Amino acid sequence: MTRTIVITSGKGGVGKTTTSASFSMGLAKSGHKTAVIDFDVGLRNLDLILGCERRVVYDFVNVINEEANLNQALIRDKRCDNLFILPASQTRDKDALSIEGVGKVIDELKQDFDYIVCDSPAGIEKGAMLAMYYADDAIIVTNPEVSSVRDSDRMLGILSSKSRRSEQNEEPISEYLLLTRYDPSRVKKGDMLSVEDVQEILSMDLLGVIPESQDILNASNAGEPVILQGKTNAAQAYQDVVDRYLGEDVPQRFINQKGFLGRLFGG
Amino acid sequence: MSLLDFFRTTRPSSASVAKERLQILVAHEHSQRKTAPSYLPKLQKELLAVISKYVQINPDDMRVNLEQNDHEEILELSISLPDEKQEKPHKKSTPTHRRRG
Repeated sequence: MTRTIVITSGKGGVGKTTTSASFSMGLAKSGHKTAVIDFDVGLRNLDLILGCERRVVYDFVNVINEEANLNQALIRDKRCDNLFILPASQTRDKDALSIEGVGKVIDELKQDFDYIVCDSPAGIEKGAMLAMYYADDAIIVTNPEVSSVRDSDRMLGILSSKSRRSEQNEEPISEYLLLTRYDPSRVKKGDMLSVEDVQEILSMDLLGVIPESQDILNASNAGEPVILQGKTNAAQAYQDVVDRYLGEDVPQRFINQKGFLGRLFGG
Repeated sequence: MSLLDFFRTTRPSSASVAKERLQILVAHEHSQRKTAPSYLPKLQKELLAVISKYVQINPDDMRVNLEQNDHEEILELSISLPDEKQEKPHKKSTPTHRRRG
């Protein structure tokens, strides 16, 4: 049974595309045939993060409009045979995606793939709404920062009311919290919301914590998902996330104990 | 910030301030999410249209509110009718009429 996972956040710049790239690569590396779709029509970037920007011929919108078939548009990753990328279109037409068109593509992918990862654009406009509409699971990428946490909460509300599962009264989308750009030393000083704080505010299950890391910029510079840079903390953190998602019991790393000051003087 | 403030150990960390603000905000937004179903604005508009057939009211004088308790929902409709004073004293009624006309 294929699972469709949306990587979403509401707020921009929190690490959705970075997460989509590494998460889908991780699933593929674990032996699951995985397709990752860029829903950010007009602002395509997943291809760049995955290093296949020069191999884009057809895109998601071409497939929806039947100007190309799915196999022509899917780009097979050169590092992992199980990973396929469906790039976004660079069109400025806001209505290029439709609920029926997206549904048709996802149905077709389901016949061939174990996992479909949907990389959502920021915001709550059409692209973001369609990215989450068909999801079975949602990974909410959140930074330990007020505006990101608020937007994540808003996104949770949308997931529970505007998705296909909610409309058809099916079991709700499973929601997982992924905290990114986490800096335990700042948490310890009381300058940054802790994992526990964010979990408490959003009341969500924690999928993982990705520490703030220089390696992520280096990886995007090189067009390589950071999960492939095995020795780095970020790579290990993403690997843990994938393993945990696949049902392994992996202890949380990269979280130091909650800030001493925060606990003593916390309101 | 004075030097004294700097040494005051009771100053809350910025993270705990953030947490408190977010908790209040999220609780507020959740309560709004529950009490304001998407049909409410349309309901209000249509009610206003019906009432306007019989009484002239100001759209701001009408409130539609849905409250949720543990086991019941109350749809609260409050309309303040324009005061009928204009019919009684002669002095005041004229300017009111003029303003309306």
